[in-house]
This record gives sequence, C-alpha cells and structure tokens, in this order.
Amino acid sequence: MTDVLQMLSGALASGAVRVVDLTHTLTEDFPTIVVPPEFAPSAPVRIERISRYDAAGPAWYWNNLSFGEHTGTHFDAPAHWFTGRDQPRGTVDTLPPEHMIAPVCVIDCSAESARDDDFLLTRAALDAWENAHGRIPAGAWVLMRTDWSQRKGAAFANLRADGAHTPGPDAEAIHWLVHERGILGFGTETIGTDAGQCDHFDPPFPAHHYLHGAGRYGLQCLTNLHLLPPKGALVMAAPLKVHAGSGSPLRVLALVPEQGEKP
Amino acid sequence: MTPRRPRKNPLRRTRQPLLPPAACSRKAHLLTAAAAEGRFALPRCGACGAYAWPMPEACPNCLSIDITAADAPSGAVLMSETRAEVPADPYFRERAPWRVGLVQMDAGPMALVHLHPAPVPRDRLRLTLMLDRAGQAVLYAGPENGGDMTIDRQWQEMVADPRGRRVLITDARHVAALPLAHKLAAAGAAEIFMGLPEDWKPLENRAEFAAVPGLRFVALDLSSDRSVEDLARAIGGKVEILINTADHPRPGGLSAPAAATHARMAMEVVAFGLMRLARVFGPVLAGRGADGDENAPGAVAWVNVLSVFARATAPEMAGYCAAHAAALSVSHSLRAQLAGGGVRLMTVLTAPTEDAWFQLAPQPKVTGKALAGAVVDGLMRGLEEVVAGDVARDLLARLADNPKAVERDLSQGKL
Repeated sequence: MTDVLQMLSGALASGAVRVVDLTHTLTEDFPTIVVPPEFAPSAPVRIERISRYDAAGPAWYWNNLSFGEHTGTHFDAPAHWFTGRDQPRGTVDTLPPEHMIAPVCVIDCSAESARDDDFLLTRAALDAWENAHGRIPAGAWVLMRTDWSQRKGAAFANLRADGAHTPGPDAEAIHWLVHERGILGFGTETIGTDAGQCDHFDPPFPAHHYLHGAGRYGLQCLTNLHLLPPKGALVMAAPLKVHAGSGSPLRVLALVPEQGEKP
Repeated sequence: MTPRRPRKNPLRRTRQPLLPPAACSRKAHLLTAAAAEGRFALPRCGACGAYAWPMPEACPNCLSIDITAADAPSGAVLMSETRAEVPADPYFRERAPWRVGLVQMDAGPMALVHLHPAPVPRDRLRLTLMLDRAGQAVLYAGPENGGDMTIDRQWQEMVADPRGRRVLITDARHVAALPLAHKLAAAGAAEIFMGLPEDWKPLENRAEFAAVPGLRFVALDLSSDRSVEDLARAIGGKVEILINTADHPRPGGLSAPAAATHARMAMEVVAFGLMRLARVFGPVLAGRGADGDENAPGAVAWVNVLSVFARATAPEMAGYCAAHAAALSVSHSLRAQLAGGGVRLMTVLTAPTEDAWFQLAPQPKVTGKALAGAVVDGLMRGLEEVVAGDVARDLLARLADNPKAVERDLSQGKL
C-alpha cells in the first residue's frame, strides 16, 4: 500500500491532484449563528494582539484567540445536538481519526439558490444527482453547493424579521441521506447545515436532528465548492481536539483530481 | 442644512492645547463638584452662615473652619468691567482679549468673573459656576434674563457645543442613538458618525437614521480590537465629540443559566470596549483640544452613557452592574488622560431605559429622547456629571444618604 501514498505524493507534486482549500479565513466580522436573545449566544471570533515586535514583545508577534466552537468554517460533532448526546465518540476529541478523510459528493444547487434564498434540497434532486453521477457511497461527505460563500456580511446572514433565509436540505432528503445512503456527514456554504427557516420544519433543524442522531457530522461555512467535481474528490476535515468539544473551527481541504485524471 | 465645516489647512501646525491656571486647594474641589453637576454653589460658613469667594480655608467673617459649598442665590450686579488685552498667562494670551468683571453678589461677596460681552456696569447679572478647560470651578456672569450665551467665545471655551463639530456615536442600536442624532443635527453638528456593531444584522430603523442630515454609518464593534482600531485610523482625527452609547443589558442574577456568558459580553462591550476606544481615540482627541477655530472647532468632549447601576448593584442584573461599575472606573482614568488636552469627559448615569431589555423595570423609565436631551444639555452647559431620569436621581440621593439601605432595597428587588 505504500505505492498508493507514493502515487499520491507524486500526483500532488505533478499537479495531477490539486489541494483545494474549502475554508474561510477566520475573521472577527464573519457572521455567526443567531439564537433568540433569551438563549446564550456564541462568543464571536476575537483576535487580540499580545505583541508585534513592539514594547510588549520586541522580537515576536503573537495573538490571543477566542471564539465559540461554532464560528467560521466549522465542524459539528454528534454531541452538538440533543439527538446525538448518547453517541459513542460523539465529541471532537474522541472522533475516530479515520473519519477525518473521506470521499465527497457535491450537489450543485447554485442556480436554484440564486433564484430562491429558501431553496430546499429535496429527495427528487438527490435522485436526479444519482441518475447523473451514480450512487452516493456510504461513508462519503455530501456537500450542498449554493455559491452562498460568495455573499458577504448582511447578504450572507440574510436575516429578516422572521429569521434567516438561507438554503438547506428538507427533512426527507437529509433523512434519506443518513439512513438510506449512510453518509459520513453533510456540509453547506451557509451558517448552518440546516436551512435558515428550519425551526419551522418537522422535525425542527432536521439536518442536525438526523445527522447527529445517527452519529454523523456537519460542516458549514464552506467555500470554493465550485472547484470540486460532483464526485471523485477527497475531503480532509480534522476539527481541533477540544476536550468534550461539540465542534470547532477547522481547516477543510479537498484533494481534487485534475480533469482527465482518473479518481 | 448644516453648512459644510471649513477644511483644515494641512500645512499649518495644529495648535497645541494649553490650559488656564489650575492651582487650587483641595477644599476648592467642593465647588468643582457643584460645577461638574451644573449647580450654583458658593463657599458658606457653617458657623455664621456667611458666603465667601474664593474658597477660603477659614471663614473671613468668624474664622470658623467649618466651610462647605452650599446652594446660593446666583444674582449679582456688575460693578466694573475690563478687557485683558495682553494677559501674562499663555492660555489667556492666545485667547485675548478676555473680558472680566468685578461683581457684587446677592449672596454677599465680591468676585472677579468671566464676563459675557453684553452687560455694562450696574446691570443685573446671573452667575454660573462652570468648569474651565483645566477642570476647575470658575464664575461666569451673563445677563440676568439669560440671553444667548453661545455667541460668547469665552462661554464656548467652557462648554462643549456640538455646533460645527463632528460627533461619533458608538452604537446605533442604543435606544438613545437616533434621538441623539436628531438633537445633535439640530444643534448644528457638522457630521455624525453612527457606529453600527455587527453590521450584518438588520437595523430596524435604518431609514430613519439615514434621513438625519450629515449622518453616516461606520462599522464599529467595541468588543473587537481590530474594529475599533480601524475606525480610529479612518476617522480618529475627525472626531471632536465622542458619545459612547455601547451597551449589553441582559437580565439575570449570578445563578442565571447564561450569567457568565452575558457578563463576559457585557464586560467586553461596556468595560473593555471603553478601554479599546480610550486607547486609540483618547490620545488623538486630547491632542486636538485646541485645534481649529470658531468655524471649525477642535476636540472638546467625550461622553460615556452608563447605567446608574454602576454605582449601586441590582442583583438581578449582576453581570451588567459589574460591567458598568468597571466602566465607571475606566471612565475616571480616561478623564485624567483627556485632561491634558482640555477635553472634557462627561459621565451620564441613566436610570433603566424605555426599551425591551428593561421591560420589567418599574416606571418612570428614561426614554431615548429624554436621555439624548440630557446628553446634549450637558454638553451645552459643559458638565462633567449628568444624571438622567428620576429613578437614577433618587437612587443616587439615597445612596449618598444611607448606602446600606440602598443595598438592602436593591437586594429585595426594590429600585
């Protein structure tokens, strides 16, 4: 099997396999999930300078970082949702490392999401995708491409008086992906794995409900999904090893075969 | 429409701040306290009841050392007047000629006072105890019927008139922010920078803000070093009055489910946020205390809008009270930093405001409009200490009288 790694190494060196960064820069003004104010909010990302070659530290530059577990491009572990609370290895520190590298299927919903902020990924759309690209393999990430990552600030959060309006999966679609296809996890470009209006779905927050209830994972605030093929890429998503953590910001990388290369 | 503020000549050196002579006795600060609050008080002997001026160490009438600052009649008669054309003191030399008068107070003493341009000898006057640029109490005499003080450049030296000045209000989401913008625009502010934290969240009355002449939004989140520093880099040299309205009121005692989370956020915004502002805006305001001229006046004031709970703790808002107490402490340090530039720091302690976060607070609460009125009135009068709302005034009076009783009352939820 060392040949496989040597081949990969060679492919990376030659450019036959590209590394695509699916991560937003962790910044202080990146929108975070908003909960009703009677609930405790997540702390935002904060980067405070300790010193930068100045009187506070003449030769060195470093910062203090603080953030909630669910800020920036981030990972949701099963323990994040009540349905996943009894899952073994359900927190980021106990996560099986072999789950941190997995194949990925990308469902392109960008045209529909451009027309409808509340676009929902349905079972019918998944059937159509499988007809075109083949069966979604068990243990794969499924990422919903919406090009939402190209929006900024208020347009990205898209908050109105009745809450956020962002695309996501409907309850039937995510249930089917989890229980009929055995996916490893589901990822989006928006602030949550669920649609903005998901609190009014049955069950509320269906992606969180079904994914984490089955011990599966979430990725959100992804970017550059338009650089991935529908099928054939690998995703590396290793959250910080936070003690009993429910998730964490992370660097998500994809290994993508150049066009013409066999996956 | 407010006329455009004349632009600064970038080739001319910015005039450095000078201060009037500030040496005075510790006892004289009894008068400083009255002037800071806008009260007219004079030194008064507790033994014989005679008023004095200036603050004596012992009564000039009976030699008693029982001297306090007591409310006094503010009427006087102008005996004589003159203009100091070439004062020896550098501060007054720069501002010469300076009109002064000798007055006979209704309260008894005679005094040398800063004098409005209108009165002539034998005119009746109304005296005001004011803070000068050095922060010490001085007497100013204007016409008895009031008149327009704002025309007097000597008066203008002692107040923080928004006319022609550019004002930064730090948080548009505060209930007083929009009324403040209206009042400042009406008072002739040249420009209003309106800070908007988390500008990716909707602002319900954005259109009303946008309709205020001379107002523009600036991204500002006091919990972020970068946000505060970036704004200071962009407009720090263009702010003559800074009004800090940032707040994070969340009900909850020490055992509330999210007590620590909310307390930390309140500290980040209210206390550390003020420190962030002070670090970058403080020096540049202090450095511009004597900048400009009457058409484009320099930096003059910094206003911190704080809760009266900075002084007395309401246990059902434990973290909030702690954050405001910390901010009040920071505020005093900032006052010392700004003093060298002659820039006044005004603290406004407000009663619970009329908004959703203080829904359960008893009436009378302070409306945004009333709070904005108190801020602008305080600026126009050159005050340092302003209290907004009857509840706050009552609480502070009770605190001065019997602090333990206030503590017990608040611990039982009685405001």
